[in-house]
Amino acid sequence: MALSKSDVEHIAHLARLEVSDDEVADYVDKLSSIIDLVARLGELDTSNVLPMAHPLDMNQRLRPDAVTEINRRDLYQRNAQAVGSGFYRVPRVIE
Amino acid sequence: MQRPTIIEIAAALRDGSVTSRELTEAALARIDAGDGILNAFITVTGESALAAADAADAAIAAGKGGPLTGVPIAHKDIFCTRDILTTCGSKMLGNFRSPYDATVVGNLAAAGVVVIGKTNMDEFAMGSSNETSFFGPVANPWDTSRSPGGSSGGSAAAVAAGFVAAATGTDTGGSIRQPAALTGITGFKPTYGRVSRYGMIAFASSLDQAGVLTLTAEDAALLMQAMAGFDPRDSTSADRPVPEYAATLDASLQGKRIGIPAEFFDDGLEAGSEACVREAITVFEALGATTEAVSLPHIDASVPTYYIVAPAECSSNLSRFDGVRFGHRHEGSRDLEEMYKLTRKEGFGAEVKRRIMTGTYVLSAGYYDAYYLQAQKVRQLIADDFRRCFESVDIIAGPTTPTPAFRLGEKVDDPVQMYLNDIYTIGVNLAGLPGISVPCGFSDDLPVGLQLIGPAFGEQAVLNFAHRYQQQTNWHRMAPAFAAE
Repeated sequence: MALSKSDVEHIAHLARLEVSDDEVADYVDKLSSIIDLVARLGELDTSNVLPMAHPLDMNQRLRPDAVTEINRRDLYQRNAQAVGSGFYRVPRVIE
Repeated sequence: MQRPTIIEIAAALRDGSVTSRELTEAALARIDAGDGILNAFITVTGESALAAADAADAAIAAGKGGPLTGVPIAHKDIFCTRDILTTCGSKMLGNFRSPYDATVVGNLAAAGVVVIGKTNMDEFAMGSSNETSFFGPVANPWDTSRSPGGSSGGSAAAVAAGFVAAATGTDTGGSIRQPAALTGITGFKPTYGRVSRYGMIAFASSLDQAGVLTLTAEDAALLMQAMAGFDPRDSTSADRPVPEYAATLDASLQGKRIGIPAEFFDDGLEAGSEACVREAITVFEALGATTEAVSLPHIDASVPTYYIVAPAECSSNLSRFDGVRFGHRHEGSRDLEEMYKLTRKEGFGAEVKRRIMTGTYVLSAGYYDAYYLQAQKVRQLIADDFRRCFESVDIIAGPTTPTPAFRLGEKVDDPVQMYLNDIYTIGVNLAGLPGISVPCGFSDDLPVGLQLIGPAFGEQAVLNFAHRYQQQTNWHRMAPAFAAE
């Protein structure tokens, strides 16, 4: 199945990826060939199969709702590009 | 001694014929001399490695420590390390300093290993050739015009070249077994959940599993003993006891049953590789094992299934890279959305972007049932096929890859051709099973890998078969000329 230029632009927006005009054709081409590969699965009859939830049929473990981590904000913020007063700084969101 | 194993290194450290400092200095010298060609390392940690080596030597002199104390190893750069940069092969994490160590890193540090650096890898482990790394491709020590495979290509090349006796790796669709096969070494992927994923940067969370690249199955067992085990910090960690892996390595194979899936010997398998794998199976027969034909009728669907499930999980896992809390950020954006989009455009390479977009597409409104839900159903069929085989056999044997190492640049522009290279390994991840690749010969002077697959938590059987094979053969002792230079 061939994707269109506008499909690619829509997916890129959903994925929050900027795709420039000169890159779109390559994405159309390569993503279409990937979708062709995976679309073959549609030919298999799975009407009586339950989708896999976990490779080993294990249940998700629960733990008591107790505090186990101390606040290490300064350590974590060491990796941020812009912080101030203990907050992460980003471009203006609200006009 | 050229390319000593961990077992040999540990013995030499115990009898005092070598110190950890000497081993570490020698490893650093080999990397210094040879890694300009291979590019196996993203970060080399000279000073901290020497300090750790001195501490290990003091422990050994005091009669303390275990079999891994003082042994130099490398970590794939996907494992978070508090004191070393963790890049995951990406520009996005080019300056990332993890606030904590991955459980694998912590467990091996507690066992006394000396970490000599972080190895190169496909960006975010997305690739089968190590060509998607932001830090450049890795060369195969057997032929430097060829790929060592991926995504743990740096770890594989570093072990094959004799820089280190072992390196950690991760395997989401074959990323330990395939590079091990293409570089003529041993690569072990445990059962999903056996080794903690905490601090291992997530690609596809239902498939990712940590393991090791070593020279022998015996060394893999030794490392596994230190790495494996329940970790409350990983919600999918298996809460069951870790057996003594070394205890069953020598078990007899008399009467054991090996399943040979016809689907693994298809038209796509190169003739020289097939001859090596079939010859390897006769070695097991000579040890008293029997073979029988088994069938994995849905294995053809494993590549398409994987390329829905893995990109879907990756698109969601990699949404965290938005330039706010860590990693690369585009400067000078007018608004938040533009910052996200330009940060991700600049920070991710082409293959990562393709997978994020594939995953976003298959999860998007109107397509979820046709792609993702259908893939999870087919995944169940693939897992059921393996389960049925293990009702009648102890192990499944076949090739690891369809061909020996391909040339750098050969498949890089054709993602679908690259994906098909993982045809024999991907089903194992979809079913969550343990698997190993061991060297079993050469085709046109390039190493060929034999893959052994076990039932869930059948690590002991896989390591037992691999070790018995290596006791009978010398393929794992064959080193590339590069290792001697």
